[in-house]
Amino acid sequence: MSQAEIVTVGHGEHYETPPFAIPSKKLVMWLFIISDAVTFGAMLYGYGYLRNASSNWPSPFKFSPSIINVMIMTFVLITSSLTMLIGVRKAQAGDKSGSIKWTFITVFLGIVFAGLHLNEWRGMIAEGVTLAKNPWGSPQFGAVFFSITGLHLTHVIGGVIALTVVALGYKRGRYKAEDMEIWGLYWHFVDLVWMFVVPLVYLLNVEK
Amino acid sequence: MTGTMREESLKSDIIVYFVILVIAGLQILLAYRGGTIGQHVMEMLALAIVQAGLGIMFFMHLFQEKRSLMFALIPATVFVLLMMNVFWSDSFRIINMKPWPN
Repeated sequence: MSQAEIVTVGHGEHYETPPFAIPSKKLVMWLFIISDAVTFGAMLYGYGYLRNASSNWPSPFKFSPSIINVMIMTFVLITSSLTMLIGVRKAQAGDKSGSIKWTFITVFLGIVFAGLHLNEWRGMIAEGVTLAKNPWGSPQFGAVFFSITGLHLTHVIGGVIALTVVALGYKRGRYKAEDMEIWGLYWHFVDLVWMFVVPLVYLLNVEK
Repeated sequence: MTGTMREESLKSDIIVYFVILVIAGLQILLAYRGGTIGQHVMEMLALAIVQAGLGIMFFMHLFQEKRSLMFALIPATVFVLLMMNVFWSDSFRIINMKPWPN
């Protein structure tokens, strides 16, 4: 078959079937997810290394307000995963308006999470925590805390923007139900990362 | 998908949601329990892995895809994460401030 014939006839049936029987877009999202998981893993291992190598790692998170705030943030993010799941199911069932409604509820919960997180950062900075120092102990604490939580927050904000764009595109007919599912995968991944960040960064450093 | 199957799927999603929340609550209770830091790390990691497994299985539906996809993604990721454990011995060296390992 010549190049000209492929251009005129169309590509689909002349290429081999997609690997793992999923659309390429979905496979790319999975590959991105596992690479991002390894990135977060490296960040958390780096944190563990520094914590283990430090003789005076601080435990600054009081139950009120820090852990209560973390509990609310965790509830918000896990709930947003459920609303995203409902949105994807609605899209797969052909209920476009329902899917868009639940996706925007997810976006709203993501914004609430980001707001709570930034408020927490504001409190930490007001207490004197910076990237290079803090009033409690090992100077690496601030760098570790802000870099790990900051990387996660960046992912949340990116996800909020992406879900908004995809939901609006789905409404206009530019994107399909499978696109909602693919970005749903990303949102669930962001939630899964938080399930590791909370116990390792916050709960191991509670003030007793 | 029929209406009944959808309702059952949503029901299982909500059950998994509450299980994940309960595990998160359990982690918070365990944080205030006595014990060494090593014990706490193992407990927290174990529960987080259970939460992640539930999320991957039920929310991301990885197990409903072709099994070859799961085998392509999970073992390689777990292997890379486990290989990062090689750094721990150096953290013990540093806390003792020795310029060379034993």
